[in-house]
Amino acid sequence: MAQKIVIVNTGCANISSVKFALQRLGVEVEVSSDTATIARADKVFLPGVGSAAAAMTSIRAKDLIPTLQALTQPVLGVCLGMQLMVESSDESNQGKIDCLNLIPGHVGRLQAGGLRLPHMGWNTVTPTQDEGLFNGIPAGTYFYFVHSFAVPDYDKTLATCDYGQRFSAALQHNNFYGVQFHPERSGEAGAQLLTNFVKL
Amino acid sequence: MLAKRIIPCLDVRDGKVVKGVQFRNHEIVGDIVPLAQRYAEAGADELVFYDITASSDQRVVDKSWVSRIAEVIDIPFCVAGGIRSVTDAGRILEMGADKISINSPALTNPDLINQLHDVYGQQCVVIGIDSFYNADTGQYEVYKFTGDESRTQQTQWQTLDWVAEVQSRGAGEIVLNCMNQDGVRQGYDLAQLKAVRDVCRVPLIASGGAGTIEHFIDVFQQADVDGALAASVFHKGIIDMQELKSTLTQAGVAMRKPLGEQ
Repeated sequence: MAQKIVIVNTGCANISSVKFALQRLGVEVEVSSDTATIARADKVFLPGVGSAAAAMTSIRAKDLIPTLQALTQPVLGVCLGMQLMVESSDESNQGKIDCLNLIPGHVGRLQAGGLRLPHMGWNTVTPTQDEGLFNGIPAGTYFYFVHSFAVPDYDKTLATCDYGQRFSAALQHNNFYGVQFHPERSGEAGAQLLTNFVKL
Repeated sequence: MLAKRIIPCLDVRDGKVVKGVQFRNHEIVGDIVPLAQRYAEAGADELVFYDITASSDQRVVDKSWVSRIAEVIDIPFCVAGGIRSVTDAGRILEMGADKISINSPALTNPDLINQLHDVYGQQCVVIGIDSFYNADTGQYEVYKFTGDESRTQQTQWQTLDWVAEVQSRGAGEIVLNCMNQDGVRQGYDLAQLKAVRDVCRVPLIASGGAGTIEHFIDVFQQADVDGALAASVFHKGIIDMQELKSTLTQAGVAMRKPLGEQ
């Protein structure tokens, strides 16, 4: 039976890009903010672009926080979606804000050491393991990044990237996965990663 | 290491790709979607689509081609032209564009840059600047409505001041189109790009003048831009994407390699 794959409608603007990328892989997807639909899915995508504060406001308004925290199936956060998965973020006018707390960790401003921000473009990623999400994706593979905030390299890091500082290009904690780059816009490498996630 | 980006630009009018010389005499090059797909497959790092009639034309422009591109393209792309409001931008981003580029409307209403930054985030706000080198005064001058020769006008801005202004308002990237060079394939305006680079802390994309592979090497090595945009050399097959990227790699410019070729 075909898997049920749901993209959480976070109200952010890259939802159609993620949907189209999965459709290119021949995967049926549904975009939903319905808690029952999300809870029943086999795989869940949490997309996001823009600011953490705005996205958390939208997620809270849709009353999705308890549903997302209760998920036990594989969940993949993309870009801002990944940043929303940790405990807190500095990306707010009001100082630190609470995120979804699915993965321990904190989002801070990327310490690019004089390099230009946003960190925008194709950069190389080094996975910490060569199976699972990064199956068939060797160290040095290019992915497309656009961000100014990041999660540092720590014990939940599944892949690293260097831009002024070493930061988490991908995270994993139990069933929760996140990628800082945009697999939906990362050519063949991105398609490989999305395929790996769908096959988990 | 962050790779430098090669960015084919497709000028769009009425859903077709067109190309003119120094902003004039547009001829049809082909259909958007197959051309976009061809560039993505050839190794382009990003694509820009300029709806060239939109900004200088009050009619509502059909943008349904944006989602047709988003369905087939697996690299980032930016849409420019005719985006005058946060609502216009939202519509384009929801159709699947990764970034929106604002040019004349930002000059008419600079607050639009702040609004776009606050609603959609700095990462998707690209500011396009049409800059003309005035040899009489030795100044770089910002122009607007360049999509329509009859309405093209000089603004009160000098380019370096406008570059500083758009950054302070939240621009995430700047595309500097050097009008004197546009479409004539004599090389990027290195002097101007270097001057802008000095005051530009966000990614800077060079536009206008690419004619040979050497021009790309020069613009990356001498002006330290983050990306180089070009149109006719790609549309007319004057430069082959693979050859361009391998030559740049040999010259020491960081280029993206496809999966499996690390």
